[in-house]
Amino acid sequence: MILSQLPALQVTLPLIAAPLCLLVRSGRAAWGIALFASAASFAVAVLLLSRVLDQGTLSYEFGGWAAPWGIEYRVDIVNVFVLFVVTAITTVVLFFANDSVRKEVDASRQSLFYTVWLLCLTGLVGLVMTGDAFNLFVFLEISSLSSYVLIAFGKDRRALTASYQYLVMGTIGATFVLIGVGLLYMMTGTLNMADLADRLPAVMATRTVRAALAFLVVGISLKLALFPLHLWLPNAYAFAPSAVTAFLAATATKVAFYVLLRFLFTVFGVTFAFEAMPLGIILAVLGAAAILSTSAVAIFQDDIKRMLAYSSVAQIGYMVLGLSMASVAGLTASILHLFNHALMKGGLFLALGCMAYRLGSVRLGALAGAGYRMPWTMGAFLVGGLSLIGIPLTAGFLSKWYLVQAALGQGWWPVLVVVIVGSLLAVVYVWRVVEMAYLRRPNDSDASAVREAPLSLLLPTWFLIGANLYFGIHTRLSVGIAGKAAAVLMGQSQ
Amino acid sequence: MNVFGLYNYWIVIFLMMTGFYVVISSGNLVKKIVGLSLFQASVFILYISLGKITGGTVPILREGITLYSNPLPHVLILTAIVVGVSTTALGLALVVRIKEAYDTVEEDEIHQQDESL
Amino acid sequence: MTPLVLVILVPLVAALLVSRTGAWPNLREAISLVAGGILFFLVLSLLPSVLSGERPSVWIAEPIPGLPIALRAEPLGTLFGLTASFLWVVTTVYSIGYLRGHGTSHQSRFYAFFAIAIASTMGVAFAQNLFTLFLFYELLTISTYPLVTHAGTTEARQGGRTYLGILLGTSMGFLLVAVVWTWQLAGTGEFRAGGILAGTASPLVIGVLYALFVFGIGKAALMPFHRWLPAAMVAPTPVSALLHAVAVVKAGVFAILKVTIYVFGLDLVRENGASNWLLWIAAGTILIASLVALQQDNLKRRLAYSTISHLSYVVLGALIANAAGIIGGTMHIVTHAFGKITLFFCAGAILVATHKTRISEMGGLGRRMPLTMGAFLIASISIAGLPPMGGVWGKWYLALGSLDAGYSILVGVLMVSTVLNIAYLFPISVRAFFYKETSTSATGVMEAPTPCLVAIGVTTAMCLVLFFFPDPLYRLAVMLVD
Repeated sequence: MILSQLPALQVTLPLIAAPLCLLVRSGRAAWGIALFASAASFAVAVLLLSRVLDQGTLSYEFGGWAAPWGIEYRVDIVNVFVLFVVTAITTVVLFFANDSVRKEVDASRQSLFYTVWLLCLTGLVGLVMTGDAFNLFVFLEISSLSSYVLIAFGKDRRALTASYQYLVMGTIGATFVLIGVGLLYMMTGTLNMADLADRLPAVMATRTVRAALAFLVVGISLKLALFPLHLWLPNAYAFAPSAVTAFLAATATKVAFYVLLRFLFTVFGVTFAFEAMPLGIILAVLGAAAILSTSAVAIFQDDIKRMLAYSSVAQIGYMVLGLSMASVAGLTASILHLFNHALMKGGLFLALGCMAYRLGSVRLGALAGAGYRMPWTMGAFLVGGLSLIGIPLTAGFLSKWYLVQAALGQGWWPVLVVVIVGSLLAVVYVWRVVEMAYLRRPNDSDASAVREAPLSLLLPTWFLIGANLYFGIHTRLSVGIAGKAAAVLMGQSQ
Repeated sequence: MNVFGLYNYWIVIFLMMTGFYVVISSGNLVKKIVGLSLFQASVFILYISLGKITGGTVPILREGITLYSNPLPHVLILTAIVVGVSTTALGLALVVRIKEAYDTVEEDEIHQQDESL
Repeated sequence: MTPLVLVILVPLVAALLVSRTGAWPNLREAISLVAGGILFFLVLSLLPSVLSGERPSVWIAEPIPGLPIALRAEPLGTLFGLTASFLWVVTTVYSIGYLRGHGTSHQSRFYAFFAIAIASTMGVAFAQNLFTLFLFYELLTISTYPLVTHAGTTEARQGGRTYLGILLGTSMGFLLVAVVWTWQLAGTGEFRAGGILAGTASPLVIGVLYALFVFGIGKAALMPFHRWLPAAMVAPTPVSALLHAVAVVKAGVFAILKVTIYVFGLDLVRENGASNWLLWIAAGTILIASLVALQQDNLKRRLAYSTISHLSYVVLGALIANAAGIIGGTMHIVTHAFGKITLFFCAGAILVATHKTRISEMGGLGRRMPLTMGAFLIASISIAGLPPMGGVWGKWYLALGSLDAGYSILVGVLMVSTVLNIAYLFPISVRAFFYKETSTSATGVMEAPTPCLVAIGVTTAMCLVLFFFPDPLYRLAVMLVD
């Protein structure tokens, strides 16, 4: 009985827990509720994953209204995997948040903080689950509005302007999505994604549908921070509280990427998006440009959070590059990288959170000698960095390996060059930090006061970093599911 | 018909571009929010107007009437309006906080203060 | 369970134990020594079965389907593994004297990363396929980085940057491309006798691929990708001695030999012809590096350029790709290792005893450190490839191979190189024994610490032994070309 209600629970659990956090008023209790809610939704995601693996796609009709009219939640192997990633990351990061947030957010506002956090989670989870195009817009706005608030919680006043900038660009993006959905509705009279996919082929040749595709792709790209629409991201990530940065970096852009996948492959279909429209080459060029340009920019950042933020934009480039190939191999690489990147950036930003906790700053200069004073934290950063570079035996290597294989499989030689140059640039920016931490003496004399970060921060950090190593060697889960998901998106039976 | 018959779309495009222009060109954070609201409002009008069916009447079931306008876009856009209002509210709240922190709502002056840091 | 997994595990466990026992230096160094001894006997225990034609192998994991991490003992790897593990023991003895004598800080870190580097070297030596080779190759680069930058000075940081930049750059820019490409063409990355690429691609593609491998294996220091080796000389001397005269650089040329024999196959390389131009690059590297060595006043830098020159001997052997060439290259890996490590040991001994690094300051040093400088002379003879030292054999077979392949000009290159070797090594001994002392602050014999002398004695003796008993070496090398 309850098992059939799982898709509804997935969204309602965090939604109901959010106001509870507000009611309790105590930061610690709110944290407990938030942690419980996200752990529960992780459990639901795991159950859903096992059911989807067993039985194939699940469909849930909200309120009992049948599909094309009512809102349908459709859970297949693609979005259940994203759900799994999102709920797992938020749970791990919440473990971290307790101590980190107490240091970075005023005590009086901590319960608000967790309320907004859960709303953001609701939005992200809903975005992934829903099978209704308009419902998707609503969840997009729920997650966006709450993430603006989360970013504004940052201690630095520049967090406010970063949040404002993100709000303006995010709203424009979401409105574009709204226009796109409206145009689709205009032509087909339906909002259900599966129904849209059935009806669109009849009206494919119209200018309205082409405009809808353009609006949707641009709108989602804004949320995805696809180069050159990424300008909001570096500031937003740099000034948000550490836990928020880790949470958003590992989930928000991943969900946006999923939405892009869903529209291009399920709603519009490969034929229209990549053959009738020149989307493949456009996305490939933008992806490559993202990798090269933002990796290069990352090298010149003094604020390490900002540096990793630029690196995130580059990593999105890898995902889009895989997507642009419009092949099973390319999509496998993309979805695998979605998973792996969540692990590495989550881990890296948590490591940065540990540094911020003890050092009070994550500027490059503040890290001098940190390798000796915080060996576990810097060790985590080092391993995460190696994964980011793509050293074999880390998760990052697998992503790149599959991407390169996919590219070679269809003769896209330049991709190989882009991936390699991107990796070399990653070596440079990761190594700047490593060199600073291990090869410089601390600047100030009272440095001996700095100790290793507390265990409550280190454990979640190392959990994610350890996952980078685990999934670098045991690939059955990640590669297996990514491959199945890619096959589903390309319309091949499992 | 053609160009002028679809005048509602022209209005939408005009409003949208006006809003967009204000967002881009204005250095005042409050004015940006105004532009953003205008931008969103134009899309609301797009939705509302596309529900109209020529010759259709209000969608209330009555004897003798067979052609109704489509009510669904109106319902949808109610949700979008709520979203729009929250966005504006949040945006303005941020502007208030920015004003407290920087003592100005002009973008240039904020940049100056940040750079001199 | 075969000893193959253990050859990786033993140094790794040693690294772990060493890093935990920093408070008790004697225990720490005992662990290093014992681990070295165990490792050497493990590799030695593989020797009989390899000689009898068996190829013990072990499968560890398979992260990507079709690309397992697996190890297999074959003659070339066994030879390399034997050399490296034997010299690890000797170098550990030497390090004890050197680090204590020199008062180096962070010694536990030093021993730990040293052991990890040795584990990576063993991985390279016994790799069963290209992927495993690449993996351990990268691990070797990364684990030696902390050793190169051990001093933590600005100079060390810059040297480390060059080191990492060139090694990672070439390996990711060229080697990885070559590995992926090979995998695409052949559908496997396994090292098989006779090669896996024959008949899979046009001669041009094979030529380009081969060049990608040769330059991508930056550890072989083929010009123009040689600058990391002099840069790495900022490291403490034991690192320069074992890693940058033996483990790291030999891992490079070893990988080139292995790729030549087991991926391309000798026939393919020989018949293809597209790699002929590489021969001239190798020959050029031999001569140019020797000429540069002549001008270096810093002893370690001079030795580094000498190493670059000698690495290209091995590359040359691989490129000639006939029986004598491969035998010559293989034997040169071993004989040069013993000669060069002795020279570096001596350089370190001089540094510890007299704090001198410049050749111009070393006049009259032979009277202060007769044992060290005597060993230096013997090793110089071996490096130059003159009898009665082991170094002669590699050069002998390389010359034979060049003649077989019809490149008599390469014999000329080898001869000129011998003259240059004499020109940049012998004056050091001459200066030490016949010049007047430059400073007269101290008198009498002032040798390096005893552990250093013991190590120098062992490696010097090996230079002689290898001349009279090259047979085991030859038997392993011959198995490669049968």
